[in-house]
Amino acid sequence: MSNAPVDHGRRRFLTIATSVVGGVGAVGAAVPFVASWMPSEKAKQAGAAVSADISKLEPGQLIRVEWRGKPVWIVKRPQAMLDELATHEDKLRDPASEVEQQPAYAQNRHRSKKPEIFVAVGICTHLGCSPTYIANDFAAQVEGVTSGFFCPCHGSKFDMAGRVFQSVPAPKNLQIPPYMFIDDNTIVIGEDEGTV
Amino acid sequence: MFKNLMSWIEYRLPFMDKMNLHVMQYPAPKNFNFWYFFGSLAMLVLVNQILTGIWLTMNYVPSAEGAFASVEYIMRDVDYGWLLRYMHSTGASAFFVVVYLHMLRGMMYGSYQKPRELLWIFGMLIFLVLMAEAFMGYLLPWGQMSFWGAQVIIGIFGTIPFVGEDLTLWIRGDYVISGATLNRFFALHVIALPLVLVILVFLHIMALHEVGSNNPDGIDIKKDNDGSVAQTEADKKFTFHQYFTRGGKKVIVDAIPFHPYYTVKDLVGVAGFLLIFAWVIFFFPEGGGYFLEPPNFEPANALKTPAHIAPVWYFTPFYAILRAIPHPFMGAVAMFAAILALALLPWLDRGKVRSMRYRSGLHTANLINFCISFVALGVLGVLPAEGVYTLMAQIFSFTYFGFFILLWFYSKNEKTKPLPVRLT
Amino acid sequence: MMKNLFSVIALVASSWAMAAGPAVHLDKAPIDLMDKASLQHGAKLFQNYCLGCHQMQYQRYSRTFRDLDIPEDVGVENLMFTGKKVGDHIKNNMATKDAEKWFGAAPPDLTNVARVRGPDWLYTYLRSFYADPARPFGVNNDVFPMVGMPHVLQELQGMPYKAYETRLVDGESKQVYVGIKTDGTGELSAEEYDRAVADLVNYLEYVGEPTKLESRALGIKVMVFLLIFFVLAYLLKKEYWKDVH
Repeated sequence: MSNAPVDHGRRRFLTIATSVVGGVGAVGAAVPFVASWMPSEKAKQAGAAVSADISKLEPGQLIRVEWRGKPVWIVKRPQAMLDELATHEDKLRDPASEVEQQPAYAQNRHRSKKPEIFVAVGICTHLGCSPTYIANDFAAQVEGVTSGFFCPCHGSKFDMAGRVFQSVPAPKNLQIPPYMFIDDNTIVIGEDEGTV
Repeated sequence: MFKNLMSWIEYRLPFMDKMNLHVMQYPAPKNFNFWYFFGSLAMLVLVNQILTGIWLTMNYVPSAEGAFASVEYIMRDVDYGWLLRYMHSTGASAFFVVVYLHMLRGMMYGSYQKPRELLWIFGMLIFLVLMAEAFMGYLLPWGQMSFWGAQVIIGIFGTIPFVGEDLTLWIRGDYVISGATLNRFFALHVIALPLVLVILVFLHIMALHEVGSNNPDGIDIKKDNDGSVAQTEADKKFTFHQYFTRGGKKVIVDAIPFHPYYTVKDLVGVAGFLLIFAWVIFFFPEGGGYFLEPPNFEPANALKTPAHIAPVWYFTPFYAILRAIPHPFMGAVAMFAAILALALLPWLDRGKVRSMRYRSGLHTANLINFCISFVALGVLGVLPAEGVYTLMAQIFSFTYFGFFILLWFYSKNEKTKPLPVRLT
Repeated sequence: MMKNLFSVIALVASSWAMAAGPAVHLDKAPIDLMDKASLQHGAKLFQNYCLGCHQMQYQRYSRTFRDLDIPEDVGVENLMFTGKKVGDHIKNNMATKDAEKWFGAAPPDLTNVARVRGPDWLYTYLRSFYADPARPFGVNNDVFPMVGMPHVLQELQGMPYKAYETRLVDGESKQVYVGIKTDGTGELSAEEYDRAVADLVNYLEYVGEPTKLESRALGIKVMVFLLIFFVLAYLLKKEYWKDVH
């Protein structure tokens, strides 16, 4: 038992130093626990970009591919469909695609890289149902519009660029995933020039 | 404002008072040596096992079809999954290292003697549950050793006369170890047994704090307040919770508050332990084939027995006793007797002096005999049971039980050294 | 009495080492997980000579490419003979039933083979085939007698045979076994063959535990950190315990 007075400064310094280093250690020890919640290699592989062959796509035809567990539509739009996009913009909620639901290269009237090829995540922005593609009889939904997408769950309506019509439950345009063309016949969904 | 809130809570749940009782003003003998690290280290390993265990269940698939692949998935595909798994598998072995040393400490300093018998019994129950926990956990990776090790150990129950066959069938839930066995072991391993373990640890600590910690001298630090033992200046320096002075009926000498003195000391123990633990995890996760056995990297196959089946190292001392006895059921009885004998130590030891420091040379020699027997049995349990090994296992089984029998005889009238009044 | 005990312990320890040791002498595998060129060569050998029958069903192509510094397009082009996506597991297209018919038992998965057998065993095994016309595939193995596997690396090694020499032993001339030699029809020399096997074993060792290098690198950092923490904790303890001592 020493009778020397306690060096409070040294004691406080060592307490703080040990606490700080110990705290850093605790944070470090938490890293594997936190990191293990990130998508695993399996999930990443399942969520990897998918490629689709579009050489046999007929004008007006829609094909679906699965990307990250979601349906992605690829539609080849004939010129008539593209022309129609300009005719009903007054009925749309966000005709200029100002809400960020698409990569920058799809922020245009046709919401696509190549005007004729339309790519979109086929999930309604309201509650997640998959809308139905109506190629010719869409006038029953919106007067004067030939084709579009109609969500059977709550009646949301989108035009052939995935833009949402006014006074339906869905708040936003359909989401456009990142994609790129490897060549004229092959499209890759989930990756674009910016992410590769 | 804050003060009001604190006293509002304190009135309804005396949290600060309990903290003082068990930590800040808990009188701990001032002469704990490094052997006293292993209690807090066991707690640390328990926390490690629970946390890494919970995280492993997030990706583990408890089915005969998916278990092995899911472990490989954790090892390869999950970020840091390999680290979580190695922390858990190494932690299992570390748990037994720490617990065995903790138990040896208790034997050296007579921590099981009156009034700490119940404390010792809780400790032995923890040890039993820990063995069950480790055994069931070892089946989960569904490797060859998981399967065949479980086969052998479940087979032990089959040696029980009359009911043995039906009992093994009941434990497995199938005619062989199968997905049914795996699923029930999983349920017990991840929730039932850990819950029991945590409750037992709580009771163990409550029982400890009720009677107070023993120490390397094995003498009491709470003296009758009749003036026969006077407190020194040093003793008066610290305040302890009034619970421990029994309202002034006792004086406490040679004690220091658990916090900060033993919290900072245990921190050194923790850092030292973690250095060794991390070294194994990062550089030798297989532990030379003893922590993770090579055949366990092959999926379980009921049609192909590995050349040599050995249980994990922490079971081998008891396994060697089992095999040393030629009769299967008597072997199983001897194995359980080996554990029971430990549990009965408070009554087998009839001595009044606790610590080996003040007991006879015979007692020290007997303790050394126990350690050698235990380690030798551990080594023999790994080896094939043939020829000279069987004979040696029999000899060491004999000396193992000899420890307890001898102890019972000589402890009654043991020639002990005079005890000091104060801690040395 | 103590002396006796210790001598018994020594006996146990020595016989233990013997029991644990294998029946056949194993050569130390000259492998190095840091040697990317060796690992890449090993991966190439595996894809060309092993994958026909053995799988690595828990290892992904992408993992091999990434860890071995193989650019993905190069890997897909040159090493990926099976699977559709680069993230697929390294599997073959052989049905288990057929395999059992052809070889008597399905060829084991090799993802963890280095952890089950150890690299030294693999290194010695792959260099211990010898001609034995009595066996279905014409070869036998010293490390794994009666193995049901053909000598798939024969193209590289040539046909190995057990060589004997006539030597004078105790005044009598006897046939003495001098080791395995080849008939020289292989593409590689004996040294090159050993090197190739070492590369293959190196790759198998890597696949057994792909996180090993990562683990060691992280381990050193953790150890340094813990050492600092240990010193601080020790100083802190010393400081507080001045009250007691």
